[in-house]
Amino acid sequence: MDLSLSTRTVGDRTVVEVGGEIDVYTAPKLREQLVELVNDGSYHLVVDMEGVDFLDSTGLGVLVGGLKRVRAHEGSLRLVCNQERILKIFRITGLTKVFPIHTSVDDAVSATD
Amino acid sequence: MATVELLFSPLPNHVRTARLVAAAVARRAGVDEAVMDEVRLAVGEACSRAVGLHLSNNVSAPVRVSLTEDEKKFSIEVADEVPHRPTHLQRSDGDADAMALGEAVAEEDDEMGLAVISGLVDEVEVTADGTGGRIRMSWPTAPDALLP
Repeated sequence: MDLSLSTRTVGDRTVVEVGGEIDVYTAPKLREQLVELVNDGSYHLVVDMEGVDFLDSTGLGVLVGGLKRVRAHEGSLRLVCNQERILKIFRITGLTKVFPIHTSVDDAVSATD
Repeated sequence: MATVELLFSPLPNHVRTARLVAAAVARRAGVDEAVMDEVRLAVGEACSRAVGLHLSNNVSAPVRVSLTEDEKKFSIEVADEVPHRPTHLQRSDGDADAMALGEAVAEEDDEMGLAVISGLVDEVEVTADGTGGRIRMSWPTAPDALLP
């Protein structure tokens, strides 16, 4: 399954809905999307990963890259994920300490800090 | 001799194929369904790393994935043909500087891939010499869970 991406604006947040597999082949598309959003002035991002079937370290690297970009503009990057198999990858790499991970888009959109 | 051997051109789009084949053979060998996500992820990480090494070193030779079914375990070996120094596998722990690790990956370092593999797989061995590198991983199999 390929990667699907769609974006929408909720208040001052931009929600990026990701579906499919994020791996070494598809991660560049996600990177392009995040770079484009930041270049267009969207500094508060919510990445909804509920539709993600597979995530590897290349995908993690892209998310960390996105976080660095929004932080350069005093922005934020929040994740939405309830899937244990995806959360496990964040845990074993220690990235649960780096990303705010929410259980719903509503929760992520309304979060301040 | 490997039960199934897969050679693929060092291109990112073939890594998914390697994941699918490895999962299919692992299932057939009787690897517990509960760890199938780990098998998929680990072989994907190892293949991504090998592809990255081949591409960055202009090595056009294929990446080799050997899937071997023994009596009590199922092994996957991913071999690249890039001569390199031995790599020391680092276990990720709670004190790891995750942000630094992430940045390393953002800079296309292969440390995060190895960290994921070491966090996922109990039995893993990483070796490298003048002819290339090898990541060998294995999982126990349950013979009574063999498919008909």
